[in-house]
Amino acid sequence: MKVTVIDYGLSNLRSVQNAFAHCGAETLLTSDPADVRSAEALVLPGVGAFRDGMAGLEKLGLVEPIRQRVAEGAPLLGICLGMQMLFDESEEFGLYPGLGFIPGRVVKIPAQDVQGNPQRVPHIRWDPLYPAGGRTDFAGTVLSGVTPGQECYFIHSYEAKPAEEADRLADTRYGGRDVCAVAAHGNVVGCQFHPEKSGPVGLSILSQFLNVCQK
Amino acid sequence: MADKIRLIARLDVKDTNLVKGIQMEGLRKLGDPNQFAKQYYEQGIDELLYIDIVASLYNRNNLSDIVRKTVDDVFIPVCVGGGVRSVEDVRHLLSMGADKVAVNTAAIKRPELITEIAEAFGSQCMVLSIQAKRSRTWPGKWEAYYDNGRAHSGYDVVEWAKRGEALGAGEILLMSVDNEGLQRGMDLELIRAVTEAVHIPVICGGGVGCGDDIVEAARAGADAVACAAVLHYGKETVPELKEEIRAGGVEVRSV
Repeated sequence: MKVTVIDYGLSNLRSVQNAFAHCGAETLLTSDPADVRSAEALVLPGVGAFRDGMAGLEKLGLVEPIRQRVAEGAPLLGICLGMQMLFDESEEFGLYPGLGFIPGRVVKIPAQDVQGNPQRVPHIRWDPLYPAGGRTDFAGTVLSGVTPGQECYFIHSYEAKPAEEADRLADTRYGGRDVCAVAAHGNVVGCQFHPEKSGPVGLSILSQFLNVCQK
Repeated sequence: MADKIRLIARLDVKDTNLVKGIQMEGLRKLGDPNQFAKQYYEQGIDELLYIDIVASLYNRNNLSDIVRKTVDDVFIPVCVGGGVRSVEDVRHLLSMGADKVAVNTAAIKRPELITEIAEAFGSQCMVLSIQAKRSRTWPGKWEAYYDNGRAHSGYDVVEWAKRGEALGAGEILLMSVDNEGLQRGMDLELIRAVTEAVHIPVICGGGVGCGDDIVEAARAGADAVACAAVLHYGKETVPELKEEIRAGGVEVRSV
């Protein structure tokens, strides 16, 4: 199994590659549209700002190839900023359009918790994953190796708000509110947390993504 | 108070050795930092913090090889500090596998560097490292030090933390020079003063001798606690510390 990791200049790519290698997958790190068009499975990693991430993809001519490959059915996993870019748009530094695979918007994490007390932003914590979107467990999903309540590493100042409840695969809670942790729509899935930095739980998610890709 | 805490292992490195001192002096060599890192990962530590403690003296960070080796089989966040002076230095450390960088000396000398790093890689990469020492001249205040607690900046720690947040830091690493290495508890007044002044997470370090010290730090507002001596000398393991933290009523990641 070969995973094509999209390099648009904004990511800690070594960790993503190492984590997939640990799960037994070969990775191809590329900025070449031709590699994206022929990819078996795509990974869109990312740290940094939404605007810069989309600008990086556009500058390299990668937006259309990613859309085309996803439309052809290739699985795509977005991580952190890469997850947020799967949505329609983001409010970070103005309103910027995303890839539009999952209906919804990316918004700033509120400065107050649900009771009105100040809360830390960025949200930097290991926090638990709970089934969302009407699910009671993670069976049959990319999270099938995760027991509800197991924790992953989050580091983000913005959060995705899926328009369709059914696209929320897992939530976490921060400041007394539900925060979308994993969104999924068709062959596209995105993790707000970093599976490559979330110990054995995160690795189990990457392994399951590989299993889904091979089906 | 923080209801959940991150437990971080701090690994001070000199050349290729893990070292530990007291109040940042009298360093002892403890061994291969990668072996300690791997062991803490397997025990369930939440994050690793590598500091090249002689980097500022030589104007370069020597941790590339150690970090690259660590991230081969350690899948948790890694923060790297010591001698980080430019956006290019950060780019290099991130490419080696670091997730964030801690900047102290260079930020004191040129605060705009904080903004440059945050704009280039995002605030989440930019950790402002502050070495705080109780001031003899300003009662009830702390002064920011650099070069491993040897040189003083003239900056009030609380004001510097607020300015760092305004300039784009995503996290603060707050070390108490006075309490460092003594394992007799943390400077809770310092933790309170800084965590109340900023809105970004604060990693607190210096003085952890047992799990109860971490519970007190969480109650004082710490979002994360960095431990060194208590782990390096084998006084307690990561699971033992976590059990004590939970027993004290503070949440911590279960592994």
